[in-house]
Amino acid sequence: MQVSEREMAKSILRISGVDTKKCMKCGKCSGACPAFGSMDIHPHQFVSMVEEGNIGALLESKSLWNCLSCFACVERCPRNVEPARLIEAVRLTVIRRQGANHLKPEEIPGLLDADLPQQAIASAFRKYSK
Amino acid sequence: MRKCLKDGGRIRCGQHRIDDMEFCYYPGCTLKTKAKDLDTCARSAAQALGVTMTEVPDWQCCGAVYPMARDEIATRLASVRALRCAGERRQSLLTLCSACHHVIKRVNHDMHTDADIRAKVNNYMRPDTEYAGETRVVHYLEMLRDTVGFDELRKKVKAPLTGKKIAAYYGCLLLRPSAVMQLDDPENPTIMEDLIRAMGAQPVVYPYRNECCGGYITIENNAVAAGMCKNILDSAVEKGAEAIITACPLCLYNLKKNGKHALPVYYFTELLAQALEAGAVEGGTVRAG
Amino acid sequence: MQRIGVFVCWCGSNIAATVDVAAVVEAVRGEPGVVCAADYQYMCSEGGQSAIRKAIEEYGLSGFVVCSCSPRMHEATFRKTAAKAGLNPYMVEIANIREQCSWIHKDRQYATEKAIILTRAAVAKLNLNTPLVAGESDVIKRALVIGGGIAGIQTALDIADAGYEVDIVEKSPTIGGKMAMLDKTFPTLDCAACILTPKMVDAASHDNIKLYTYSEVDEVSGFVGNFTVKIKQKARSVNKDLCTGCGVCAEKCPSKKARSEFDQGLRNRGAIYIPFAQAIPNVPVIDRDACIHFKTGKCGLCAKVCGAGAVDFGQRDEIVTRQYGAIVVATGFRPIALDRLGEYQYAQCADVVTSLEFERLCNAAGPTKGKLVRPSNHEHPKTIVFVQCVGSRDTSGCGKEYCSKICCMYTAKHAMLVREKYPDTQVYVLYIDVRTPGKNFDEFYRRAVEEYGVHYIKGMVGKVAEKNGRLSVQASDLIANTQMTLEADMVVLAAAIEPDPTARSIGTMLTASMDTNDFFTEAHPKLRPVESPTAGVFLSGVCQGPKDIPETVAQAGAAASKVIGLLSKEKLVGNACVAGSGETLCNGCSACENVCPYGAIEYVIREVSDHGKRELRRVAQVNEAICQGCGACTVACPSGAMDLKGFTNLQILAEVDAICR
Repeated sequence: MQVSEREMAKSILRISGVDTKKCMKCGKCSGACPAFGSMDIHPHQFVSMVEEGNIGALLESKSLWNCLSCFACVERCPRNVEPARLIEAVRLTVIRRQGANHLKPEEIPGLLDADLPQQAIASAFRKYSK
Repeated sequence: MRKCLKDGGRIRCGQHRIDDMEFCYYPGCTLKTKAKDLDTCARSAAQALGVTMTEVPDWQCCGAVYPMARDEIATRLASVRALRCAGERRQSLLTLCSACHHVIKRVNHDMHTDADIRAKVNNYMRPDTEYAGETRVVHYLEMLRDTVGFDELRKKVKAPLTGKKIAAYYGCLLLRPSAVMQLDDPENPTIMEDLIRAMGAQPVVYPYRNECCGGYITIENNAVAAGMCKNILDSAVEKGAEAIITACPLCLYNLKKNGKHALPVYYFTELLAQALEAGAVEGGTVRAG
Repeated sequence: MQRIGVFVCWCGSNIAATVDVAAVVEAVRGEPGVVCAADYQYMCSEGGQSAIRKAIEEYGLSGFVVCSCSPRMHEATFRKTAAKAGLNPYMVEIANIREQCSWIHKDRQYATEKAIILTRAAVAKLNLNTPLVAGESDVIKRALVIGGGIAGIQTALDIADAGYEVDIVEKSPTIGGKMAMLDKTFPTLDCAACILTPKMVDAASHDNIKLYTYSEVDEVSGFVGNFTVKIKQKARSVNKDLCTGCGVCAEKCPSKKARSEFDQGLRNRGAIYIPFAQAIPNVPVIDRDACIHFKTGKCGLCAKVCGAGAVDFGQRDEIVTRQYGAIVVATGFRPIALDRLGEYQYAQCADVVTSLEFERLCNAAGPTKGKLVRPSNHEHPKTIVFVQCVGSRDTSGCGKEYCSKICCMYTAKHAMLVREKYPDTQVYVLYIDVRTPGKNFDEFYRRAVEEYGVHYIKGMVGKVAEKNGRLSVQASDLIANTQMTLEADMVVLAAAIEPDPTARSIGTMLTASMDTNDFFTEAHPKLRPVESPTAGVFLSGVCQGPKDIPETVAQAGAAASKVIGLLSKEKLVGNACVAGSGETLCNGCSACENVCPYGAIEYVIREVSDHGKRELRRVAQVNEAICQGCGACTVACPSGAMDLKGFTNLQILAEVDAICR
């Protein structure tokens, strides 16, 4: 069953608890984001695209996997919009689907090295799969 | 492993006095394996300072990342179990790994402020008394600052790290979001620099000490992590740092492995235990920095 | 028995669309005391009022009820109508069937029933009305202006030119305020000092103006027309009457550790100092916390070198008590503290400055004599980045929620001044919006972009980091959708402005209301912008809200005109609806005195004749000139002795009975 973009936008807002209307389009989140360079869609765009119900492109975005959850955007936003929560909600919209995990268990052994802490595997797994 | 139960008469209900020297301790998975030094040095330093750390029995992995979704509870349960255990013992929950601290503190905040999450978690766990975020979550650094006090710490230092120029690396998870974490000023913190001074060394302040190291991105794209760590380490070296300390196993890994810098990286507890000339503890000896 | 007329207004469709006005008229025709009832489309118009006057004559009315909008709108209008027709103006009652009925209900039947009930209540009250006469008080023909910046100075000059005495109280050693610190002013790029100092001199030399500098308001009592104010004149440690302003003392002072407030902390000053060269009065002041003599008993060099013998170490603070008819608040503003905006590294990097500090660096009389240099190494800056909205429009708790209004314009000014003087210096402005609402303002900002080549980039700064002696400014460029890092030599932060910290204590002393941002509240945001709701208190300048110099001067003149209107009256008509205590019922408990917010009640010993007995009793006495008729005392009074004229206990009960019928 196809879910409409508007339905998905509503679900994203519900999962995240974010009020996208608070955004004053200042761009400070994208100005603070340390991962900006590796993203195709940037934090300020996430807020405006969810507000407009333009979800399709977000679901395909590589930004979902490149966001570091460092909370710089959350800390510095002058309106408490919390873009990181929004990006996580879109990420969850993808991985909560059957078979849509971004990181699969069989991929792990190839990524290990002797010093890699469990914390890295646990966090990547929690972020990239359900 | 010692088990100790607090006599309820000493402590006020739900609150832990800031001057109480006994803590419930949550190590987290990495501290028992790849980050043993962070753990053993912390425990031996605590011993030297007269602080008791009693491990939470049967603790579970906190998940290493805070679940930002408002509609999930499974990802929060491990944290709540640890929090409740500390609460039952009328103690604060002491954490060491920045990530565990971040996760547990934020889940605790949810239990306190988000009625929906609180109701759902309590309905699932069905505890005897409802848990509403009463336990205090204390990071080891806060324990040093608020319970022991840096002046007291300085007095107990036997082998001061005189002349050493040490940079502190905070990373993101200890400080942000500051409204919840409340550990220190999120842009210009001083707690680790105060610790460095108390250990007799000279702190080096540099502008990238609260920038992300890359975190879990190292799994998929270590080039990104490498770039970020290079910025951090270059900045520290530009200001004259001879070593850099951190509280997070993943930060340490990223700085060491991806930063590929000559600058040595330690856990802050390694230097602390060394400065205190703290003795051995169960689980490992203290390795000199 | 009264002869009451009831007039029901349609208010166009505001009332008539929801309330059946004809039905209201019919329903109240038979009420006790009513001899005529009618409806009309616009009661407050000339036609409506003349209809009332005709009815008064035709029916011999002793009073009338108007069913219309809120009394706050037109009670005064209808009181005048009554007076013109020879009735006592207090024989008028308003039934609010608009704000309290037609504007809040949708059901026509329900709204009509409610309108009828409200009218009945008004009729019941009017039946018990007695004619009231308002008291009168004198007006002292002198005004007080608190604050000696451009707002205070302009207000004082306008009042003084109209022939009234004015006192200016200024807490710093000189008048001039923030405008004296500025280099040039937008949009004309006039030199601030050149246009301000003549006004400062006028204020100092005007026969009607008295300056109290280095002074603060200590206590205020009284009421409109009759304020008593205690002014604390702080000790300068210099005798104003002997000092010649030669400045030798300031030159020779060996203590040079204090930071200059006027130069925003960018240079040091002596313990004895004149804030700036054109200070008025041109008399130095000793900062006793920085002075070697006051701290250790030694030195005293200034006293030795003073040719006029004006230094007076023993000088003390003095309290002066003065009377005023009106008070104008002009306490101004300051930039906010930036401690919760650490991402800009203001406290960590000397080359990150606020716009006011930048203004001082550009000023020829400033700490670098007008040469724009980097504070860290005094080198010429080749790239300057201006950051807008630092702490403004911020709902996260780290700054202020409002827009500070002046920053977009002053940054365009700064940018142009830099490009004019140093064409080799690159200038960037990082903004969210550019707000230029005044006359010639947008043209001014476009000159910066189009003629002077200032790079305006829409996007905000995420972080400032010091790298290799320069500043790395990481920001977003929203139009290009990129993140960029500018390598700058200086970063100038357009910090939000907030009211001067003394504002709150002044507000408390005057019982003048303030909002949650500590700006003084005006009586009506659109129609009464220069008056405080507190009678006799007026507002001038940024203390009422952020504004630039043209608006400040305009508002200063408006406040002055209100003051002149007040001071020109021979007598002030007071409030007729005042409280009064029945001395035979008063038991002297002081409940009313304690609860009165205006301090209008005192207790006196009086001989009271009660049931044939004459004895001395402690009874309440209301000062009718101060009483505002709030009624708190009537509620607090346990014996019912205290009652309010125009709103007596019996009247209120009659209204309740009418509603409950």
